[in-house]
This record gives sequence, structure tokens and C-alpha cells, in this order.
Amino acid sequence: MAELSRLGEGVRAYWLIAGMWVRSSMTYRTSFVVTMFGNLLMTGLDFVGILLMFSQVDSLGGWGLPEIAFLYGLSVTAFGIADLVLGSMDVLGARIRDGSFDILLVRPAPVLAQIGADRFAVRRLGRITQGTVVLVWALASVDVDWSAAKVLLVPVMVVSGAAIFCAVFVAGAAFQIFAQDASEVQNAFTYGGTTLLQYPPTVFGKDFVRGVTFMLPLAFVNWVPASYVLDRPYPLDLPQWAAFASPLVAVACAVPAGLAWRAGLGSYRSTGS
Amino acid sequence: MGSWRLYAAVAVGGFRRYATYRAATLAGVFTNTVFGVILVYTYLALWDEKPHLGGYDQAQAVTYVWLGQCLYSTLAIQGGGAEKDVIERIRTGEIAVDLYRPADLQLWWLASDLGRSLFQLLGRGVIPFVFGALFFPMALPTDVTSWAALFVALLLAMVVSFGIRYLAALSVFWLMDGMGIMQGVMITGVFCSGIVFPLNAFPGVLGDIVRALPWAAQLQMPADVLMGEADPLGAYAFQATWAVVLLAAGRLLQSAATRRVVVQGG
Repeated sequence: MAELSRLGEGVRAYWLIAGMWVRSSMTYRTSFVVTMFGNLLMTGLDFVGILLMFSQVDSLGGWGLPEIAFLYGLSVTAFGIADLVLGSMDVLGARIRDGSFDILLVRPAPVLAQIGADRFAVRRLGRITQGTVVLVWALASVDVDWSAAKVLLVPVMVVSGAAIFCAVFVAGAAFQIFAQDASEVQNAFTYGGTTLLQYPPTVFGKDFVRGVTFMLPLAFVNWVPASYVLDRPYPLDLPQWAAFASPLVAVACAVPAGLAWRAGLGSYRSTGS
Repeated sequence: MGSWRLYAAVAVGGFRRYATYRAATLAGVFTNTVFGVILVYTYLALWDEKPHLGGYDQAQAVTYVWLGQCLYSTLAIQGGGAEKDVIERIRTGEIAVDLYRPADLQLWWLASDLGRSLFQLLGRGVIPFVFGALFFPMALPTDVTSWAALFVALLLAMVVSFGIRYLAALSVFWLMDGMGIMQGVMITGVFCSGIVFPLNAFPGVLGDIVRALPWAAQLQMPADVLMGEADPLGAYAFQATWAVVLLAAGRLLQSAATRRVVVQGG
């Protein structure tokens, strides 16, 4: 029960801080609109990159454009949600270095909620919007015999994918407590992860696919469940039920990430400056 | 002669400043390597589908990817070099102090940015490139002249890159806020420099346009010089022309901007 009330407290603190940042960003309305638009454009660039590739070829790794757009839409939307909720995690290193992390520790609210809501940026909706637009286009253009299970799987993928990415963000934050100046390592897994998932698994080497299926199970964000929806062979010949395992995988990621975060906080020694 | 030593010292300062962030450099090396691996796989799939895309064979495409990762932070392709400091100094008004220094503003920042570039090249660029060469088939020349030719192209690329970003930074004299312009630098840099997709492989008129823009001097030209796909002298001429145009424009804008500076007493 204590755990539950602590969760409620965290969510409440998160909303309060996020709301504060939203109000402050609304003060400069033009700037807000411009950065939101810029964000949309920026995240759209990698899809433009894919379109450029398809201006030269008809398929990539045996997958056509609508299918790759499906992967892309799922990956970017799921990542966008995680980025909206916890994307500020990469400022953690800077906060530790300048000593302001200590302030968060003495405030009567869970640190994870505070750091997650830190500089909460509505402009990050740009990525979600862009991902969703591509996803909707992909859903309309892929050649699929839709069944109830397939239809249901799409929102499940987005939510579990977001949760998996959230776990990566939290684990990355825990790592930053140890490594301090290394927020970019986190980028390799977050931005790198979402870039990776925009391409079909057939493009990558077997060992590489193994790594992102069993070690860092990003494959469950879209590759595995999307293979079921699109009637494609599963990467690594996984069993049929694996397509529905994403929520379980998300939980399995969240638990160690949470523990790592706790361990990180417990071992934190202030910079002393 | 004396002023030459001053700018050399500024460049050394720029180099040293970035050399202090060791963990950040290591993290950057890791990230560039991961992105390189992802891109190489997609390029290999692409070139499988359409061999000789953009006039490259597979090994050349792979080389292009790793050179891109090597130059990503060296040329501050998505921003984050001296222009970040200039913008911050304009915003806070500290630029007024810089204007009183017995040094040229543009040369000062150029020197500082070149120092940064050289550090990023050695500290951050070389390792992903070597990693790529060890684990993937690359088309690397074996003669010293090609590598020397690359180095010259890289120096010119650094100046062009600075020229673009310095112009962007000066606009803050009028805009007052650097957020939008930094985003602009990022978007144009990522799209037009060929880091997402080689400019040689851009289709039709779009390709003609991007290959004529100054961003083409950053990754496309050095890559083609390294792999013997472009005549070095022609490439240098292209790069140098843009460098001169951009620096001259920066100079004009700078003199217009500094006349606008109002120092607020406090």
C-alpha cells in the first residue's frame, strides 16, 4: 500500500512540475509555436530520408514503403510518448555536475517524477504527431487482412513500446548518476533505438538482431508484433505467441530499470561544489 | 605576426576546452559508432537493391557512412560549435566585451571553432572511423597523397561549416532568441550535408540543388576526394568559393550588427 501511495505522490508531483513548465513555455507563444513546428520538421527529416531512399529503390530488405512506414510510425510514436514523459532525463548529468541535482533530493517528492517533469516540453508533441501521421498513412496503405487480434495489437504495441523506451530512459538516467558526463551514451540507446526500429529486421546482421531481441528487447516495440500484423516471418524464428509478449517484455524492462535507478540514487555522492 | 600567434592561442584554447570533457567524448564515440553500425546495415541493404547508387559501390557507401560519423561533431553538422557561444554572448550582452578586445571578432571565433573541430576530429571522429574500417569492408586509398588531399578538404570543410553557423549566430542580433535559428541550423545541416543520404544519390533537380549548396562542401566533397570520385582541385575550388562567400557575408553582417549593439549600463 505504501508503494501505491508513493506512486500517486509521484504522479501528482509530476503533473505539478510539468504544468509549471507548460505555463512558462506558453509565455513566449510565438517561440512555442516556432519550436513546435521546428520539432515536427526535425523529426520528420528521418522519414524524408527514408522517402529519399525509396525514390531510388522499391524495397529495402524485402520490405516495401508502406510496411517500413508502419515500422517507422510505431517506433516514432512509442518513442515520442516516452520522450514526452521522460525525455528530460538527459539533463540529469548536467544537473549532477552543477550541483542542482541535490536540490531535487531534498524536496519532498519522488526524484524520478521531478527529473522526468524537469523542463517538460509540450513541443515534444511534434514527434508524436509526426509518428502518428505516418502510422495512420501506413495503416491505410499496407496490404493486410485485418483481424480483431491484429487491430487490437496496434495500440498495444504503441503503449508497450512507449513503456519499453521509458525503461531505457530510466536505466540511462541511473547510468548517468555513475558516469555523470555521459548523457550521449543514453542517446545511442534511445535515439539509436528508435532509428534502428524504423528499418526492417532483415536489414541487420543476425547477431545484431539477437542483441536487440534478447539483451535490450527493443525488437518487441515493433519488429516482432509488426511481423505478425504484416504476416512476415518473425525475426530469429521466434514462436507465434511472441507477437503478444510486448506488454510482458515492457514490465520485464521496467523492473530492472527501476531497481537500477534506486541503486543509482542510493550510491549518489554529491559533487560537493 | 603577433596577431597570428593570438589566433593560434585561441585555437589551442578551443581544442583544450573540448579535450576536458573526457567522459562526454567517450560517450560521443560510442554513440557515433552505434549510429554508424545502424546506417551501414541500411546502406548495405540499399546498395544490395540498387548497386552503384549515386555512383558508389558497396564499399564506397560504407566508407561514406563512417566518414559521416567521423565528421558529425567535427563539422558540428547539427550545430553545437562556436555559434552556440556566440548566440549566448549576444543574448546576454557579453558580446560587447568581445567587441572591445583588440582582436577581430570573426577571426577569433573562427580560430576557436577550428580548435574545437580539430579536437572533435581526433578525439571523437577517428575511433568510429577505425572501428568501421576494422569491421566492415571499406574503400580506403593506400597512398599518402589521397589522405593528404582529404586533410585539405577537411580544413576547407571546417571553414565552410563555421561560415554557415557564424551567419546563423549573427542573426540573433536581430532575433534576440537563438532557439529557432539553432533549429534551422540543425535541420538544414542534417538534410543538406548528406549525413542522412549521400547527396550523389539525391534524385533529379533536388539533387542538383543540394549539390550546389555550401553544405555539400562538408561531407560530400571530402568523401569524394578520399575515394577518388572527385578531382581534388575542383572540390577545393568549390569549397574555397563557398568559404570566401560565407566569410565575406559574415563580415558584412557583423559590421551591420555591431552598429546595433547598445550597451546597457547596470
